[in-house]
Amino acid sequence: MSVDATSRPQSRRTTRSVLIGGLLLAFLLAGFVSGYASGAPDGLEKVAGDQGFLESGRDSGFAGSPLADYAVRGIDDERLAGGLAGVIGVLLTLAVGTLLFWAVTRLARRRPASAPPGRE
Amino acid sequence: MGRTAVHIPDGFIDAPTSIAFGVAAVAGLGYCLRRGSAELDERAAPLAGLTAAFVFAGQMLNFPVAAGTSGHLLGGVLAAVLVGPWIGATCLAVVLLLQALFFADGGLTALGLSTVNMSFVGALGGYLVYRGVLRVLPQRRASVPIAAAVAAALSVPLAAASFVLQFALGGTVEDLSLTAVLAAMVGVHVLIGIGEAVITFLTVGLVMSSRPDLVHGARGVLRRERAAETAAVRSTA
Repeated sequence: MSVDATSRPQSRRTTRSVLIGGLLLAFLLAGFVSGYASGAPDGLEKVAGDQGFLESGRDSGFAGSPLADYAVRGIDDERLAGGLAGVIGVLLTLAVGTLLFWAVTRLARRRPASAPPGRE
Repeated sequence: MGRTAVHIPDGFIDAPTSIAFGVAAVAGLGYCLRRGSAELDERAAPLAGLTAAFVFAGQMLNFPVAAGTSGHLLGGVLAAVLVGPWIGATCLAVVLLLQALFFADGGLTALGLSTVNMSFVGALGGYLVYRGVLRVLPQRRASVPIAAAVAAALSVPLAAASFVLQFALGGTVEDLSLTAVLAAMVGVHVLIGIGEAVITFLTVGLVMSSRPDLVHGARGVLRRERAAETAAVRSTA
């Protein structure tokens, strides 16, 4: 008797529904919950301030970017500007990540010499 | 104003050290992509991309850890357990790059430093800890989120210690007590590690409860579970 995971379809969710569910959760976290995140300095920044090396840090060269500091420039409502920046960031990361991993797996297929022996 | 930056800015660490870690990061990521692409199915690319996107979202959620201090997700163990250490480490690097380029979070010259701390120490090192913890737990699928949580908790102070090593090599402010910096960094990041453990436990647990077959770090446990069930069926037949 096979007790392979795929033999219990009633408890299975399709990969597509996992993708959609995960994306919705990421949107919720970056777009909404992030508005309630702590504004206190994070561990590194706090230690840098306490120990006296915070001032050695320089502003990012991208401080003028329209999404700098996780806020869409030009939107006055802080929660909206931050939430929108979060949603854009989730989409951007998803797109760049998916494209990168898709491209490298395709490239790996084209170079069978670099694939582990016994595969394909 | 939006949120403050949470990654290493330009200027904390001098140029030679930053460049050396930049070279190490590029070389290491090349190796990760080579190993990762060999084991990743083309159709699984969106899942890996989603993992990166989820880490991005998680890193936006600063939670209070002590008076006037917050912490946020690192996500290294989370990504490594979900999609494997090589792809997981690359996910962290993608997040760091986009945060630096588009969100002005983390210096461009500090990208190599952060990649080493988060991709290599956090994700790869954290995954090694995960495998070690999983080995001593019962070989059941319920052990997967627990091992991930323990590894996540340890990965955060480990990554913080890695920063202190970089600071010791190339910190631009001299005459600071390195032991004081180390104690402060590890101390606060032990607390942040608790939050990291909770988020990692919940997220890995959620995927394990719906599609355990998608969790890279659960493969061995699921295989042994199946083998045990098959053996049980045979012995009763």
